Amino acid sequence: MQYLPNIIFLLALLVGIGFFARNINKLRRNIKMGRPADLVHAPAERLQNMLKIAFGQSKMVVRPVAGIMHLIVYIGFIIINIEVLEIIIDGLFGTHRIFAPMGAFYDVLIASFEILALLVIVAVVVFWLRRNVIKLSRFKKPEMEGWPSKDGNLILYIELVLMILFLTMNAADYQLQQMGAEHYTQAGTFPVSQFLSSIMSGMSESTLILIERSAWWLHILGILAFLNYLYYSKHLHILLAFPNTYYGRVTPQGQFPNLDAVTKEVKLMMDPSADPFAAPAEDAEPPAKFGASDVMDLNRVQLLNAYTCTECGRCTNECPANQTGKKLSPRKIMMDTRDRMEEVGKILDTNNGTFVDDGKQLLNDYITAEELWACTSCNACVQACPVSIDPLSIIMDLRQYLVMEKSAAPSELNNMMGNIENNGAPWPFNQMDRLNWAKESK
Amino acid sequence: MSKELRVPTMAEAVAAGKKPEVLFWVGCAGSFDDRAKKITKAFVQILNQAEIDFAVLGTEESCTGDPAKRAGNEFLFQMQAVTNIEVLNGYGVKKIVTACPHCFNTLKNEYPGLGGDYEVVHHTQFLNDLLKEGRIALQGGKFKGKRITYHDPCYLGRANQVYEAPRELIEKLDIALVEMKNCKQRGMCCGAGGGQMFKEPEKGNKDVNIERTEQALETRPDIIAAACPFCNTMMTDGVKNKEKEGDVAVLDVAELIAQAADL
Ligand code: SF4
Ligand code: SF4
Repeated sequence: MQYLPNIIFLLALLVGIGFFARNINKLRRNIKMGRPADLVHAPAERLQNMLKIAFGQSKMVVRPVAGIMHLIVYIGFIIINIEVLEIIIDGLFGTHRIFAPMGAFYDVLIASFEILALLVIVAVVVFWLRRNVIKLSRFKKPEMEGWPSKDGNLILYIELVLMILFLTMNAADYQLQQMGAEHYTQAGTFPVSQFLSSIMSGMSESTLILIERSAWWLHILGILAFLNYLYYSKHLHILLAFPNTYYGRVTPQGQFPNLDAVTKEVKLMMDPSADPFAAPAEDAEPPAKFGASDVMDLNRVQLLNAYTCTECGRCTNECPANQTGKKLSPRKIMMDTRDRMEEVGKILDTNNGTFVDDGKQLLNDYITAEELWACTSCNACVQACPVSIDPLSIIMDLRQYLVMEKSAAPSELNNMMGNIENNGAPWPFNQMDRLNWAKESK
Repeated sequence: MSKELRVPTMAEAVAAGKKPEVLFWVGCAGSFDDRAKKITKAFVQILNQAEIDFAVLGTEESCTGDPAKRAGNEFLFQMQAVTNIEVLNGYGVKKIVTACPHCFNTLKNEYPGLGGDYEVVHHTQFLNDLLKEGRIALQGGKFKGKRITYHDPCYLGRANQVYEAPRELIEKLDIALVEMKNCKQRGMCCGAGGGQMFKEPEKGNKDVNIERTEQALETRPDIIAAACPFCNTMMTDGVKNKEKEGDVAVLDVAELIAQAADL
């Protein structure tokens, strides 16, 4: 019986981590349904991007208020994880504050956890106010209705509760230490929770132990639950921001990829010795589908992008189309991609891993042509994203499908392309008049 | 002031046994659009003045394919690209200068993968170098005291990180360069890119160029400087829409330099 808490703890840990591993596997499988990405090999630059943008949060500080608040929560998240390590060891072996022998260093650690916890609480409150009282416009766009808004608030509530539990646990512990209770060795300094502790000063030892143990258990169980909430939430970015910034673009934003399949075809057409009527070779690959109409046509980096999107709306905020009331919102492009990916994932789940056509696709059922044709390809969204997501590349792939597979460009664009084909300019001018300007008077 | 423009073509130059230092890629807007042709001519005046050994392709030039690519027609883009690359490589072109950021971006970033490797510079970079090397001189004071705001073209700025060359040029004019709230990395699009130039905008509550013009007008400028023929059109239309064409001029950086150099 003595080991019952240890066993329960071990089970909770295994279940928590087990489910998490299952979710990660699903995530990997879903991303792998995309095409392999054609990545420029530049590991040093990529690593540097990851360190700067994800670890260093370089793009977050473009907006100073949100940037600094976010930095606090981020540092809090990383540092407080050291505390979680101690909790796990204590839980497994029935120890109490196993790191306490570190002495003065331990005091500093605990003190900094406490200060960070308080700062996190402040930041979380500010974030909540921005979403719910100030109602910043980027949190109130149509794509944020329903679950995305709830998700945003839920994360804040969970973080708040976790921090309060952490401080409560310390407060009761501190009180018990002062009473000289068994097991509760004198360790740590408690700059924040000592104030909570003074409220507890009249309580009996058994009540305090009950409070301390409850807070301890709820805190660690809460963390395990939160870990498993990530997969269903925009909060996944706390993990995926790292690989995503690593795989982010290292070429100029204006450089759109050239399709190899098209290059082959064009070269063949330009080659005067090629026989246009030749039968295709026996082992010729099936003709490639140009562009994308569903998530499987996108590449893996684009799908990773979709899972990483934290729905902050910085992209949409900077989007000229969205600013002028068009339907296009780059954030929605990413959210739709993720939603569709999840939907396809469910189909795979129920059919032993094979995809069964459900009569739906990303194009039209999620993202409409009206949205796609509003894009000016200005890259403002790409520039704004704090985690190196590229909504424009998805827009372009969907456009490519519309034009090359469905000939469904707006008619004015068809005229433009017809002109290029016939006269080598997007307007109906004669190629032979190209140099006329040189002879005209000024 | 109106001297004849000297615009040699590559074909002429090669026939005369010469190998021009740099090819001036004029672009479709610069060749055909009435407003953009003025920019082309202003730039050529400067080239002539500085006695730059350049040539154009003339009737051998064709659309880079950029608008087709941004509209989603990769096939048409590559047809254009491969055709142009054949011509350019045929003449052994090494360096290209262009006044259109869209041509600049495509030639610089998307042609190499198809066999077209050139040193590509935007005309603001080219002019900035000429000025630094002392190959052109400005009559200071022509614009003295004027307020100029500069609109970053997306395909020059964000797409290729060219923010300073045009600004350095403008600052040489002895004027006040006033930045818009959204500039450089956060510069707002004029609304022409991605094929929008050639179509009606999608449904919304405002046109992008009007929004951007309002941002420019907030700086109370005498001149809105642009560095792209499409931005120029968009901003000019915006200024007209706001009935400010009497007070605010929209000029290309090359036109500013040509005027300041008193050409
Ligand atoms: S590239 Fe398209 S989606 Fe992105 S900000 Fe510009 S217009 Fe909006
Ligand atoms: S794409 Fe980037 S900027 Fe846009 S909502 Fe997602 S995380 Fe934010």
